[in-house]
Amino acid sequence: MNTITSNPATRRVFLRYAGATALSATVLLEACKNNDSTTPVPAVATVDLGSGDIGILNYAYALEQLEAAFYTKVVASPFSGMTAAETAILTDLRDHEIIHREFLKKALGAAAIPALTVKFDSINFSDRASVLNTAKTFEDLGIAAYNGAGKLISDVNYLLVAGKIVSVEARHAAAIRDLLSPKTASFAGNDVVSVDKGLDGAMTPTQVLPLVQPFVANTITGANLPK
Amino acid sequence: MNLFKIFAEIEQVDADAVNKLAYYSRRQLLSGATARLAKLTTGAAVATFGTVMNQAFGQTSSATDVLNFALTLEYLENDYYQRALKATGLIPASDLAIFTQIAQHEAAHVALLKSVLGTSAVALPTFKYQADTFTNYQTFLAFAQAFEDTGVRAYKGQAGFLKQTDTLTVALQIHSVEARHASEVRRLRGLKGWISGSAETPAAAYAGETNMTQAGIDLRSLIPASISDVAIQEAFDEPLDKAAVLAIAGPYIA
Repeated sequence: MNTITSNPATRRVFLRYAGATALSATVLLEACKNNDSTTPVPAVATVDLGSGDIGILNYAYALEQLEAAFYTKVVASPFSGMTAAETAILTDLRDHEIIHREFLKKALGAAAIPALTVKFDSINFSDRASVLNTAKTFEDLGIAAYNGAGKLISDVNYLLVAGKIVSVEARHAAAIRDLLSPKTASFAGNDVVSVDKGLDGAMTPTQVLPLVQPFVANTITGANLPK
Repeated sequence: MNLFKIFAEIEQVDADAVNKLAYYSRRQLLSGATARLAKLTTGAAVATFGTVMNQAFGQTSSATDVLNFALTLEYLENDYYQRALKATGLIPASDLAIFTQIAQHEAAHVALLKSVLGTSAVALPTFKYQADTFTNYQTFLAFAQAFEDTGVRAYKGQAGFLKQTDTLTVALQIHSVEARHASEVRRLRGLKGWISGSAETPAAAYAGETNMTQAGIDLRSLIPASISDVAIQEAFDEPLDKAAVLAIAGPYIA
């Protein structure tokens, strides 16, 4: 493993291969063993988001992968008592996040990070409160992440696209919050929008990534992102 | 659509507007005759007017310009919700918490932008609304939706002028709050929280929202057929430039 990770070019090829095979743990383990059979190996690869605008797009791509995987599972295995209205909303959210994910992957091309291995063992997919509260966490976090990353983007076209995505995430957040607390102020609640200035969250990648990490098996590093 | 009002508003936002407009007007549109503005009521003429506005204002907005433009929209939204909250019997008790929260945010946005702009802040305009706006809840909701969705589009359209600044972060933090508002108001009307399909009204507020190409990537050819065209359109909110926004908001500025 050390041999692979110490050589950037080899590592990129390795990661891409891992991504192309949907991060099969078996494949990864076999690949690692072939290179170094004496040290313990992680089940999944470390992912470096990269630098510059590419790094920020990969950061967004990582977040969208997480959201898309989450809603895909939510729709595939509905919580007990999911209403038709809830199914419609959650299906829309799944589709939107898949679209965001695929768009970013395409825009990044060869620079895209591999498919991440998500880790959802803390979520009870059969329980409405668990699912919707996780959705709320992801949407609010996504908003704060995009809001905080905006000023790190140097290309106005990428900035505009990020703006096009973040307001859709905010629409999602409001809808999910309204499902949890109908007809209250929660859709833009004081827990997430500042009372004195009326501002939504804005967080740096350094603040966001530790909150994302528990849901991703890969170790994600944003050490080279713009600051 | 009242072009005189829009013109006055743009003058207020940008003191150099008269000169910029006159330059382009002479060559392309007005032959120097301001009075002819009032006659530009056909769709084609309006489109031409928008084109001229883009050329005059499209690429040169300073942070002050952007913030005053934002303040004008926040003035409108704040005025709108303050009036609504004072209108007896308009907002049902069941929805009062929602609009109290929205109104609080708009008031906070006005105060924030005014504090940032200081003496450069534009003055509070006088607003006017359709006759039954504050007596008919459905009318009130319809305009609230239009103002919120337009606000989202307006902030987005200005982002590039604030590139790599802390002011951009603040603008984005307002932008996503407006999007939360828009989602909630839309859902009160029985609509999806996200802008969906080609039947959104008023049409001018939603022009361009059915776009399916992002950053040069044709999403229809990229996304699996199991995901609908409408979902692709919903997944991205589109911007509006200043001229388009003022054309929408203009009729409400007296």
